[in-house]
Amino acid sequence: MTQPLVSVRDLVIGAVTDSGRKVDIIRKVDFDIQPGEIVALIGESGSGKTTIALSLMGHCRPGCSINGGSIRLADHDVTKMNEAKRASLRGTEVAYIPQSAAAAFNPSQRIMDQVIEVTHIHNLMPRAEAEVKAVELFRALALPEPETIGRRYPHQVSGGQLQRLSAAMALIGDPQLVIFDEPTTALDVTTQIEVLRAFRSVMKASGMAGVYVSHDLAVVAQIADRIIVLKAGQIQEVGPTREILEKPQHSYTKDLLSAFDPVPFASVKTAEAKAVPPILEVTGLSAGYGPVRSGEAEFKVLDNISFKMEKGTNLGVIGESGSGKSTLARAVAGILPRYRGDVFSQGEALSPDLKDRSKDQLRRTQIVFQLADTALNPSQPIESILSRPLKFYHGMTGAAREKRVIELLDMVQLPAAMRHRLPGELSGGQKQRVNFARALAAEPDLILCDEITSALDTVVAAAMLDLLKDLQKDLGLSYMFISHDLSTVEAICDDVLVMLKGNLVEALPAAHMSQSAQHPYSRLLISSVPKLDPDWLANLEHDPELAKAMMGR
Amino acid sequence: MMQNTQSTPRKFSTERLGYAFNTTGKIGLAVILFWAVIAVIAPFITPYPPGKIVDWDYFGPISESYWMGTDYLGRDILSRVLMGARYTVGISLAGVTLACMGGVVLGMIAAVIGGWFDTILSRLLDAFNGIPSLLFGLVVVAAVGSSIPVLILTLAAIYLPGSYRFARALAVNVNTMDFVTVARARGEKTTYLIRTEILPNILGPVLADLGLRFVFIVLVLSGLSFLGIGVQPPHADWGGLVRENIEGLSLGAPAVIFPCIAIASLTISVNMFIDNLPQKIRDRSH
Repeated sequence: MTQPLVSVRDLVIGAVTDSGRKVDIIRKVDFDIQPGEIVALIGESGSGKTTIALSLMGHCRPGCSINGGSIRLADHDVTKMNEAKRASLRGTEVAYIPQSAAAAFNPSQRIMDQVIEVTHIHNLMPRAEAEVKAVELFRALALPEPETIGRRYPHQVSGGQLQRLSAAMALIGDPQLVIFDEPTTALDVTTQIEVLRAFRSVMKASGMAGVYVSHDLAVVAQIADRIIVLKAGQIQEVGPTREILEKPQHSYTKDLLSAFDPVPFASVKTAEAKAVPPILEVTGLSAGYGPVRSGEAEFKVLDNISFKMEKGTNLGVIGESGSGKSTLARAVAGILPRYRGDVFSQGEALSPDLKDRSKDQLRRTQIVFQLADTALNPSQPIESILSRPLKFYHGMTGAAREKRVIELLDMVQLPAAMRHRLPGELSGGQKQRVNFARALAAEPDLILCDEITSALDTVVAAAMLDLLKDLQKDLGLSYMFISHDLSTVEAICDDVLVMLKGNLVEALPAAHMSQSAQHPYSRLLISSVPKLDPDWLANLEHDPELAKAMMGR
Repeated sequence: MMQNTQSTPRKFSTERLGYAFNTTGKIGLAVILFWAVIAVIAPFITPYPPGKIVDWDYFGPISESYWMGTDYLGRDILSRVLMGARYTVGISLAGVTLACMGGVVLGMIAAVIGGWFDTILSRLLDAFNGIPSLLFGLVVVAAVGSSIPVLILTLAAIYLPGSYRFARALAVNVNTMDFVTVARARGEKTTYLIRTEILPNILGPVLADLGLRFVFIVLVLSGLSFLGIGVQPPHADWGGLVRENIEGLSLGAPAVIFPCIAIASLTISVNMFIDNLPQKIRDRSH
């Protein structure tokens, strides 16, 4: 057996909290990485995956420190080095690809200068040679116009291209180990797939070892040889990718896997549904930003959208970022007044601006936003947040209102004592439940859910979806569910609208999305969602139709 | 979750007792409170009536009977400084309260309503801001005549645009947050939005700004009095005292030194206090 490239023994990393308390965030972690092997670190937010990955470069985020154990990289003992030696290691022995490439590039320098900066810092090769090497890397990463792309500025390439360029930046110093820190998390599925393909082929060709940090098992399955599952700073389970996916041992891994499996959605649509007017009907809706001139907004976002939602059904809206999904919810809610078209709620026409809608019309449609952090007033306790709609719509006060607040918290499975806390004292999942409870307080018929599970960890998001389904059964709600994640939409919706650049491309039944999709864009979107199968990406590359669609991007 | 429940109160108490209020802040607060108390009880503790000529010698030195010496007419400076606190602290406090309340309310309304209302109001106040403050004070007081209400309103008017700008900038940021959008989608009126959703979230910086503006008002009031258009004789605020006795400077009279010390002590302590205040407020709102 060859000597491992990286070996980490008894690693302990401590941090100092805001109140000055010392806590160990990484506790006694051991693992090895063989040369040429890609190891994935997976776990929920706060599990310490990024902290471990950064420690391989000898780097700790401010407030953290390596308090024990050893990290060995090839012949170097990283933990015993001083900062200057560690700096000479970075870029040549170990390299880092960050989550947000947009933040990693200097917007005022040309891409080429930034990509070859590493060779300049470490005096690896003359500039001309470095540029030739960079172009080779651009070609290997399947970037368009590899000869000239380096002359552009970062804002002149797309997000997915920039992420690949940051990989080129990391690879130019021929490191032995590359650290990928959630490099595809911020990308759309269709972009994620091209980036993943590029990473995979480059890593395979170069034979470098890698550490891939992610919370998404399906992404990891495509690229990693081995998976390390982390929770609360400790290793829960280690194993080859296939084994972890097929025979998970630890309960946390099982949770992760089962959260991924969409439970087929059983519609609660009732037979009487046909008798009542649709809960939401939209015809020819156009909306946009900027001043309205001659009946059209200056920046058009939505163009001629029409759809219908029956009572008790759920409608999914999918599309990449910038496709107008959220704008659609805002236009329906009246936050962004539409300039053309009609919106009917239960047969009643709704005016474009919410100022002209009656209190009852406003009550019937509630909107829940993606980020519970910004959707809850940080200076109000939970009780005040939930009380306001009760007083506003139903005129409730005193003991009756307090009782209802406790009921609402109970509905979203939170303890009654939580009503005295401020939003800052709640976890992300709890905040999102409060956010949802506030919409329930109005006793609406329709809830517009704008990416409400996107900011949550896989397991937490799955629990949230279960909650939504239960509430729907009990209260007869309808959801309009906006998401970029097809599996969540599949798990909760009856019908799905596919949006592209502000247009409605296609309406599909959620249960057989992949079979009934006709439009090439819907097909591309659906097939871009990573599956847990490690061979998924490889198989996809053999699909000629898809390969053609990818080429055009 | 359990950890969260336990750690939160601890975090709160350590920060509130430790950092939030360090010695510098305490000294500042003590001096401010001292002057505030003096302003209230001044008539009862002045050794002589402030307007009465008690000594035949002018610009008298520090002595047993006149702790801070006497002024150019032979009046007791200690009594005049104590009574001057009433005018300086009172007028400044009233002025700063009016300026900040008006500015913050208008700023929040402009941020929430936006559009042409915001544009017109902002440009008007910007134009107003362009007039030098002392010059504006001079013109108004010269036109209307000097009285305490006029002084308060003039000072409030001078500092309202700055307060408006500051509050509007903060409120615009809060206004784009989703919780405000949710409240708006619920159908809430502007008054509710500014009172419940926006004000609590900008309160910390606004209070810090209030302290800073208080200092400026004290200085401008002293400046106006120094020019002779502030508080009118026989009463005098601290700035007026400095002006009255400025000729004593060449004689090294304590009459001019002590009012200066009073102005400096109040303005510096307010600065010391507000420099240490924001941390406390920041901690509370998180």
